[in-house]
Amino acid sequence: MNHPQWVALTIFAALFLFVAWLGMRASRWRRGDLDQLQEWGLGGRRFGTLVTWFLVGGDLYTAYTFIAVPALAFGAGATAFFAVPYTILAYPIFFMVFPRLWEICHREGYITVADFVRGRFGNRWLALAITVTGIVATLPYIALQLLGLQVVIAALGIGSVGIASYLPLLIAFVILALFTHSSGLRAPASIAIVKDILIYATTLTAIVYLPMRLGGFAHIFAAVPRTKLLLEAPGPHSTGSYGAYATMALGSALALFLYPHAITGVLSSSSSRALKRNAALLPSYSLLLGLLVLMGFFAIAAGVAQNPRFATGFHLYGNSFSVPALFLQLFPGWFVGIAFAAIGIGALVPAAIMAIASANLYARNIHREFIDPQPSERRESRIAKSAALVIKLGALAFVLWVPTDYAIYLQLLGGIWIIQTLPAVISGAFTAWFNDWALLAGWALGTITGTAMAFATHLTPAYTLHVAGWSLPGYTALYTLVLNLALAALLTPLFEGIAARTGRPATS
Amino acid sequence: MSYSTPPGPDSDPRTPASTDPARASRPYRLSWWYLLFLVQFVAVLWPPFYNRADPYWLGIPFFYWYQLLWVVIGGLCTAVVYLATRRSP
Repeated sequence: MNHPQWVALTIFAALFLFVAWLGMRASRWRRGDLDQLQEWGLGGRRFGTLVTWFLVGGDLYTAYTFIAVPALAFGAGATAFFAVPYTILAYPIFFMVFPRLWEICHREGYITVADFVRGRFGNRWLALAITVTGIVATLPYIALQLLGLQVVIAALGIGSVGIASYLPLLIAFVILALFTHSSGLRAPASIAIVKDILIYATTLTAIVYLPMRLGGFAHIFAAVPRTKLLLEAPGPHSTGSYGAYATMALGSALALFLYPHAITGVLSSSSSRALKRNAALLPSYSLLLGLLVLMGFFAIAAGVAQNPRFATGFHLYGNSFSVPALFLQLFPGWFVGIAFAAIGIGALVPAAIMAIASANLYARNIHREFIDPQPSERRESRIAKSAALVIKLGALAFVLWVPTDYAIYLQLLGGIWIIQTLPAVISGAFTAWFNDWALLAGWALGTITGTAMAFATHLTPAYTLHVAGWSLPGYTALYTLVLNLALAALLTPLFEGIAARTGRPATS
Repeated sequence: MSYSTPPGPDSDPRTPASTDPARASRPYRLSWWYLLFLVQFVAVLWPPFYNRADPYWLGIPFFYWYQLLWVVIGGLCTAVVYLATRRSP
């Protein structure tokens, strides 16, 4: 590994200490009784348009995104750009569904999405399916944040062998655990502001400065191999990479706001109006993400993979090392410190929100529902705080002892799993037409089929359907969602009919 | 950003949880303005529209700047829909 970058390291450490202090102080921000779950786990639903913008932006555009998406462009080229239509389409969906969901949750005092499904469909088992899916899909996501943190720490040149290599990660983890425990959602909300200022400053500087150093955009794109520059045109009787690209974008957009951490960000907002405004304001992050994808091409043009200085980094972290290597090669030490701190803090914010969101789910929809139905407010928030700690320890253990690829595979499966909650969540915002058991059957079919398809394709996101002589490669999550919806729609009249005949009241 | 939350039970975070499911079932009114959203879906989900390098802009192939441009247009569309539908609940 390269030598320690002292200037960068000092700035990185200073910024980290600053956000640690900020996160601890956040408990006093918009002060509320942190012994209530609504205060600890949703920031008292007090965040207006601007704080929601920072919080949801910090929540969805994570350190892992900033490392992995450019890495995909570096390795696979144009395909990586699906992240752009993906984040374009997420917002119209968000605008139409989530302000309405917010209003119902606010009126009924729901803290989690499973509370919402429980109240809407009156079925604790359906709510349990939503809860378990949410927690299981979120865990590998937290692990990937810690992994993103590990990549930048390694890039700063801190020993890559023995206990010492894990020390910075452990320190970051302790900081994360402390401020989440003491301040709840207020901590990531306040830190998100610092993180976003750093991310915007870094990206905008890089997008202007790096093309100047690399001889302009024309020169950069000339260095990209022809096969990576555009999507491969489909052959006869196939939708080829076009179908895969479009279904990846649409499926990811549909899944995005179903993740517990996204919904926690939504519910912590102070009004549905703040959410609608954010649907128009949050695309500024998508623009940032699009510009960051281009950094993958900058890294190709800069020839970082051929630089012997980065050989160990690429060996350990693969293409994920491309953006850190690009910054180390072309920027002065002090700027590298700021940029890496942006990514590192960018890991803490979503990791904290994800842990809180999963903890809320556990406290409300497993513990309260199945173990202790009448907890005091104080006890409920304590349970959530402990659950958050256990979840984070699980993610840490994952990063330390499980091979990196597994976290990536699990996150891929997580996308397929979380989208299966869509029929219950989104239909629930508009209508109570679906039967609860039909929704549960659809969920089960989608989850099982999706998992089987993912294993059949050796844990890659696209599955090729063969219909009438055409081959249709597409995002497994989207295909199985259609299956799930079809079964739920088919069984609903059937189950309601049986319920009417046997006298069981149909769910309203 | 000068609009404040309208007064009413919804603006009070301590509103007691209601148990009346009928209140949650207020009908959803679709606006014609929402058709603006549909344009974005068509524009970015049909790669044959944009899977080419020419014309370049500032040295960036069409494939990339077209989709980045739609981020901006998409944000503007949402803003228009928000402003147009703000008054009707």
